[in-house]
Amino acid sequence: MGMVTIRIDGKPIEVEEESYILQAAQTLAIDIPTLCWYRYINPYAACRLCMVEITDKRGRVRMVTSCNFPAEAGLGVRTHTPRVLATRRMNFEMLASRCAPAPVLVDLGKKLGIENPRWGWGEDTCILCGLCVRVCDEVVGAQAIGFAARGTSRTVTTPFEVDSEACILCGACAAVCPTGHIRMEECSGREIVHREITLGPNAAISVPFRQAVPNAPRIDPEYCVHFRTGGCKVCAQVCPMECIDHEDEERREEIEVGAVILATGFQDLDPTPLKQYGYGKLPNVITSMEFERMNSAAGSTDGKILMEGGQEPRSIAILHCIGSRDEKHHPYCSRVCCMYALKFAHLVKEKTTAEVYQLYIDLRSFGKGYEEFFQRILTEGVNLIRGKGAEVVPAPQSRRDEGPLLVRCEDTLAGRFREIPVDMVILCTALEAQQDAKETGRKFGVSVGADGWFIERHPKLGPVSTTTDGIFLAGACQGPKDIPDAVAQGGAAAAQAMSLMIRGEVEMDAACAVVDEALCSGCRLCNELCPYGAISFDIEKTLSLVNAALCKACGTCAAGCPSGAIKGLHFTDQQIYAEIEGILS
Amino acid sequence: MAKPKLALYWASSCGGCEIAVLDTELKVLEIADFFDIVFWPCATDFKYDDVRAMKDGEITLTLFNGAIRNSENYELAKLLRQKSVVLCAFGSCAADGCIPGLANFTTAEEILRYVYEDSPSTVNPEKIRPQTEYAVPEGVLSIPHFWNTVRNLSQVVDVDYIMPGCPPQPDQIKLVVDAVIDILKNGKPLPPKGTVLGADERACCDECPRKKDVKTIKKFVRPHEIIPDPEICLLEQGILCMGPATRGGCGAKCVNAGVPCRGCYGPPANVRDQGAKMASAIAGVLDADDPSEIDAIIAGIPDMMGTFYRFSLPHSTLRRKQVRA
Amino acid sequence: MSFEPRLVGFLCNWCSYTGADLAGTARMKYPPNMRVIRVMCSGRVDPNFILEALAHGADGVLVLGCHPGDCHYAEGNYKCRKRLPITKRLVEGMGIEPQRVRLEWVSASEASRFSEVVTEFTEQIRVLGPLKLEDWTFDRAAADAQLEHN
Ligand SMILES: Cc1cc2nc3c(=O)[nH]c(=O)nc-3n(C[C@H](O)[C@H](O)[C@H](O)COP(=O)(O)OP(=O)(O)OC[C@H]3O[C@@H](n4cnc5c(N)ncnc54)[C@H](O)[C@@H]3O)c2cc1C
Ligand code: SF4
Ligand code: SF4
Ligand code: FES
Ligand code: FES
Repeated sequence: MGMVTIRIDGKPIEVEEESYILQAAQTLAIDIPTLCWYRYINPYAACRLCMVEITDKRGRVRMVTSCNFPAEAGLGVRTHTPRVLATRRMNFEMLASRCAPAPVLVDLGKKLGIENPRWGWGEDTCILCGLCVRVCDEVVGAQAIGFAARGTSRTVTTPFEVDSEACILCGACAAVCPTGHIRMEECSGREIVHREITLGPNAAISVPFRQAVPNAPRIDPEYCVHFRTGGCKVCAQVCPMECIDHEDEERREEIEVGAVILATGFQDLDPTPLKQYGYGKLPNVITSMEFERMNSAAGSTDGKILMEGGQEPRSIAILHCIGSRDEKHHPYCSRVCCMYALKFAHLVKEKTTAEVYQLYIDLRSFGKGYEEFFQRILTEGVNLIRGKGAEVVPAPQSRRDEGPLLVRCEDTLAGRFREIPVDMVILCTALEAQQDAKETGRKFGVSVGADGWFIERHPKLGPVSTTTDGIFLAGACQGPKDIPDAVAQGGAAAAQAMSLMIRGEVEMDAACAVVDEALCSGCRLCNELCPYGAISFDIEKTLSLVNAALCKACGTCAAGCPSGAIKGLHFTDQQIYAEIEGILS
Repeated sequence: MAKPKLALYWASSCGGCEIAVLDTELKVLEIADFFDIVFWPCATDFKYDDVRAMKDGEITLTLFNGAIRNSENYELAKLLRQKSVVLCAFGSCAADGCIPGLANFTTAEEILRYVYEDSPSTVNPEKIRPQTEYAVPEGVLSIPHFWNTVRNLSQVVDVDYIMPGCPPQPDQIKLVVDAVIDILKNGKPLPPKGTVLGADERACCDECPRKKDVKTIKKFVRPHEIIPDPEICLLEQGILCMGPATRGGCGAKCVNAGVPCRGCYGPPANVRDQGAKMASAIAGVLDADDPSEIDAIIAGIPDMMGTFYRFSLPHSTLRRKQVRA
Repeated sequence: MSFEPRLVGFLCNWCSYTGADLAGTARMKYPPNMRVIRVMCSGRVDPNFILEALAHGADGVLVLGCHPGDCHYAEGNYKCRKRLPITKRLVEGMGIEPQRVRLEWVSASEASRFSEVVTEFTEQIRVLGPLKLEDWTFDRAAADAQLEHN
């Protein structure tokens, strides 16, 4: 379709032929009141508040509804002439005579200069704009509602005024209704899919959470109207970058890679089984991770340190080594807790006036700048108690007003038992290997240690590589570590992976299996033995062959060849026999 | 020029190897023509004393067949070693112990008790056993000492060459004879000591014409339990064929006749223990992962020890069964 | 003098050998009776090696590999798990107590398990007593003596 130039209030504008003049006016930021118009629904011209005066190409002057009047070459439009304003006012007053004073109408009236409509206000909250009926039909595609009856008894309703199965409970009608005449209600045992349709973050298309990576919205097909009716796709029209593709779907992609870095991290210990700390039973006993969430600006309390009831705590006990350095749970030290516990103390001191008690076994501030940080915390008035928190119980009546939670411990420096009433307890739970670490390890040929952490090739000489070539480790999946260490390891792993990739070729161990052609009888007993499929059978020569590039030198085939034709280089039968004789002589 | 001297001896064996020499047909005449046969108890009338009377190294070549089962076998092995330039273990008994060697699954005592006391056809209420020495008025009579453990030739004397087979196949004997004559006539160098003659480097499967595929074994059967497909590898059909762990050279006679290889040519060049190798090879391809299922399949191997070691027990790694009283 | 078993251990490079190493660096105690032969995988262990060790004076042979599913080469230990039972039967067929051959799984981190297995196996062999292979070596002097006599 061609472009034409029209003039609105004297300003020329080039628009698509037959596009509606309301849109052109909006582009020029000229305000024209509307009630039954909505950007993503076809114009309907029901409210008649968008009236404008035009001069067509034959010179005729007319009053038209701008929302559905098509542009044509040479068209002149006037939006605020006295005649136009009078017409709009008249139309508004007629509408008001039927309709209840909903906020939109009252506001609009004010804009038009009408405080008290001359025929008064009516009672109907429905202004019969038809937005709901049209959104349901044109956008949602459910066609669950329509108009019934005529004239003064005209209403919006479901067919035969009964609960309609056709309604998908999307709430689009309620969202577009300007007066709030349509509401979503649960009935017939059906749950409203999203009553918050207009509240961005919960809509069917949204960014999953504030710091999501990538920070892009995604469509939830369970809620998205398009996936239920085939209609809508309003989001695609809204997006100016044309990023939204409803046809896109979850895909499994196979990517060929030459190196893999495992960085699957840790999980935090669930302290529920450690009943003595009352986690899950006593209020305001939380884990360190929960405390971290609370301190996150994007977290549930917007970064404020609050108790369940919403008040600020007066005192907080931070219990170190929950499940760490504990024969019953994890014998190892989780390494990061001492330092983040000090960080917690600092945060509490910064944000609140609460008293902080740190209950520790030893304070391990081993890293660069860590001891200095510890010294600084000491000057911030934090109570440090050397002794592991023994239990958390409800405080007795007599001490309840000091704090509803009583922390018991042995202060090994003071040499006495202590009972400290506090408002809140933070449990520094152990870092554990991921539950599925063993399974993940198996997939990549990496073993896990007794505690479930991946085992590196060598603790000193190969800290990021593994016994499987091309598989590297980074971060806490290899053992508890803090961010600087995890990042350092990540960098090292990436560098090792890069060095493999840049070379473009792999150096192989000289050890591999070799078939001695003079000895191979072609029995094919070895053919299926190799886990890497390195052995093939040469039909011409009736011999089996080992592909040295695939062979990993396990020697399984050498042990299985009944002819002794396969030599496991570096571990030949002769070498092993010599070893046997040697160690037994 | 004097003819090269040849000796053939038959220690503990069935005699089949000597028949195999005769089975070389016209070649035997050529042998008789080329060599001066100085000792061949089976065919010619020489006495042990004739050999004793020879100079050391007087015999050019001795083909020694049979295992060393008793003191007489041992004595002759020593004697012939001393008198011969080249001593060849001829046939599986001399090479690996062979069928007589199966006696190593039991003891001399058990054998004697059975033969002289327990066998159903024996009536010997006084339980009289043969004595190695018995005094009679004319002097002391002696018979050889019956050993508890059968040995192969190389375990008791130094052996130069080995020619396996039960018996060595006549065609192979012919080839070896031709080679020996060629060497002696034309002054060619001898093959290195320890060389296996008249057999292949590769295992029997190399000569076996059956179609071979990758193998997985679910169950072992005896040959009479199924009608084996004549075209397909017997092992793939669950029949424990020793071919893969047996030196080739026989022309795969048994498998061509539809029965599994018994293993008479002994272990292939690079294998120490024929039974253990076979065990390792078949275990690796068992179609089971559950330990009890694995064990059940293994338990179903018919006469496992007999099959694995039919021809090589004395020369195997453990040499004999440990029989505790 | 009390009997000190002589044991040979075939240890897989990736798990048990590393486990043994760890037991060492962790200063764990276990009997010194076992001499170790490192193989890349328990799948490399040929029954021939086991017989060879027994023939050369070992009183027991321990094969250690990665736990099922953990083999560095995916399934070498499954092959070993198939070969060991037949080897034990073979050893038994040779009149030797099958308990003298044992397969166990020890991972790289199981230093304490390694020392336990070795301790336990050593004790088991100590109870079984020395493995004397009757008539294994050819007694030339005795054979020659028989000839003298005759
Ligand atoms: C309460 C608390 C406070 C802390 N505070 C600090 C601090 O102040 N300073 C500091 O230096 N350190 C701190 N740490 C330590 C820090 O959290 C770790 O060092 C860091 O998270 C380790 O990073 P990572 O990438 O190795 O593992 P993780 O952060 O655990 O990341 C692993 C990622 O891998 C993903 N993943 C897991 N399995 C799979 C799989 N199979 N496939 C695909 N993805 C998978 C996980 O979803 C996760 O996103 C704290 C730890 C805790 C528990
Ligand atoms: S098992 Fe040995 S003899 Fe048989 S095909 Fe394989 S390499 Fe050749
Ligand atoms: S040594 Fe192992 S990896 Fe190599 S060909 Fe043999 S079975 Fe395959
Ligand atoms: S012995 Fe070779 S085929 Fe039978
Ligand atoms: S690598 Fe350890 S058993 Fe295979």
